[in-house]
Amino acid sequence: MNEVVQGVDAGAGLTRRMAGFQAFLRAHGFQLGIPETIDALVLAQSVDIMQRRRLRAGLRSLLCSGHNDWARFDELFDAYWLPPNRTVLREAGGSGADPAPAREPADTRAPGLVSDVRQGAGDAGNIAGDDAAQGGASSEESQQSRDFRFLTRADELEAMERLVDRLARRMRRRMIRRQRIAGTGRRLHLRRTLRNSLQYGGTPLELSFLRRRHKPPQLVLLLDVSRSMSIYTYMLLRFTRALVCGFKRADAFIFHTRLVPVTDALRERNMSRMRDRLALMSSGWSGGTRIGESLQSFNENYAPGLVGRKTVVIIASDGFDTGEPSLLSEELQKLSARARRLVWLNPLLGRLGYQPTSAGMSAALPWLDLFAPAHNLDSLLALETELVKL
Amino acid sequence: MNDVSGLQERLARAGYIAEPGLASALEVLQMLGRPLLIEGDAGVGKTEIAKALARVYDTQLIRLQCYEGLDASSAVYEWDYQRQLLAIKIRETEQSAADTMERHIFSESYLLKRPLLRAITEPDPCVLLIDEIDRADEEFEAYLLEVLSDFQISIPELGTIPASSRPYVVLTSNGTREISDALRRRCLYYYLEHPDFDKELRIVNAHLPDIGLHLARQVVAFVQTLRGQDLRKIPGIAETLDWATAILRLDIKDLADDPEAVKRLLVCVLKTREDRAAVSAQQIDRLIAGSG
Repeated sequence: MNEVVQGVDAGAGLTRRMAGFQAFLRAHGFQLGIPETIDALVLAQSVDIMQRRRLRAGLRSLLCSGHNDWARFDELFDAYWLPPNRTVLREAGGSGADPAPAREPADTRAPGLVSDVRQGAGDAGNIAGDDAAQGGASSEESQQSRDFRFLTRADELEAMERLVDRLARRMRRRMIRRQRIAGTGRRLHLRRTLRNSLQYGGTPLELSFLRRRHKPPQLVLLLDVSRSMSIYTYMLLRFTRALVCGFKRADAFIFHTRLVPVTDALRERNMSRMRDRLALMSSGWSGGTRIGESLQSFNENYAPGLVGRKTVVIIASDGFDTGEPSLLSEELQKLSARARRLVWLNPLLGRLGYQPTSAGMSAALPWLDLFAPAHNLDSLLALETELVKL
Repeated sequence: MNDVSGLQERLARAGYIAEPGLASALEVLQMLGRPLLIEGDAGVGKTEIAKALARVYDTQLIRLQCYEGLDASSAVYEWDYQRQLLAIKIRETEQSAADTMERHIFSESYLLKRPLLRAITEPDPCVLLIDEIDRADEEFEAYLLEVLSDFQISIPELGTIPASSRPYVVLTSNGTREISDALRRRCLYYYLEHPDFDKELRIVNAHLPDIGLHLARQVVAFVQTLRGQDLRKIPGIAETLDWATAILRLDIKDLADDPEAVKRLLVCVLKTREDRAAVSAQQIDRLIAGSG
């Protein structure tokens, strides 16, 4: 099985080829620096270069830094080191048989719920074109105030996803910054320590510490996935997923004509499986949105276990309800009595001249602690400050 | 550089069945002295790698279990405050100068070493396992990055403590949280898959030599099929071994001999109510029949 790696003489030639390989990988989104290049050369010189498998396995460990890289490495390795028309002997085990989540083609079964949009990684010729995905801070800035409606390009969506992820992480950190007093910790709590020392005649034998609080608030998210919301659903689901993965105690539901818990499906790490589960759960629904009934089923079946004094309930919906407004009002009242705070996110609120006059929305307004827009990232960022206050 | 198959064999003798790719990665770890980050589903044997490595190199394993809120005082070092206070009390009568006193109580004997500091001050290289790094906070990750690139730890009162030996560092992650790019770049990477049939068979045989080839094949085939199903908690190798051990204890030689007992023992493998419900009795019967 020993094959001669093409184009490798020794010394300078190898160095050049190896540096070229690094540049090739970098163009495909690998995170590599000078130390990696040096280590790769050290490796290449100490492994018998004729043994391509060993060189490949070693380089793969060295140069990959995530599962995404891992799954693509073999292909890129062959593309670079083998002459173009050679078919490839791939290693049987451990060569990334798991389907990489980013490479699935867009799914059309559940429009709005799902569309994963990165281009296939196989197009090895398209090296320079990948730059578009590496949007810097300035391009992110301009996206922050754009309406989700206009986000159609793949690279924009990707940048948006990154922003949402970061936001969810920041939100989580901000929210747990409060401290409590404890037996061990990172900083001395001076007042309590002095108080403790009184019983030992002023010698501070018993120490008290400040420690970070580990109880982030509990979140419950209810997402409207009806057709009128479809242009926002993907981003809101993405946001919800980030929150559900970021917080230990966060639960998510989607509703349309009925309510379905999706927390477990969203925590699914395999993107394609997540997509399948969501599509399965939302299939076979008839038209119309019944917010009131969905909330009723939430109040009856889930609220007792999930919603307590510390829970923030977030509902994302445009408020177009085909059910009875009085039912909606009643259920919201029950919910607001139980929850710490009730937040309603309405994407339409970001549109110029929108007034919350639909029957459902005006029935809901009296019970809300916060009525906020959710049509772009700025509005979600604003939500962060609101949640921190809670 | 030793032969890859050599390391693979030594790992096998230490009770760990590694594929050639993993053995190469461990070899690179030894050669370049970079940390190795291992990702993969729960139960594929990530933590076990470090233990096996410690056995292969015949050295100590120092384990740092990460959790949310892990901070320097429990990961790196902490001063023994109480003993320092007592020392001050005892020496109060002696008229020693303040800075002598300070030097005394901030000396190494009042230092409580936590895993990271212990690992780099060992006289011989040890294996440092940083388990579930994804659970730790980002601040800790940043700190870890500094320790792992310089292999030295600064303590303000004592100065910088350089490594007396360079540990073999293995990090594991379950993907609870995305790890920073900087740390990923610093590390070697390996993605550990669920084992294929042959590998799992060898693992079962290595751990349970009494099991016999027939039963081992049945058990492994059963679990392999289960992994293909849509389960919440996909059974790992530990589950397979538990189940096989339990079956062995009941003195069952063939799964079809006592399907009821085998079904009862599935508590070792299916660990949530949903999964229990997802695999129906008929399906289990079919699997048992099919695996014969």
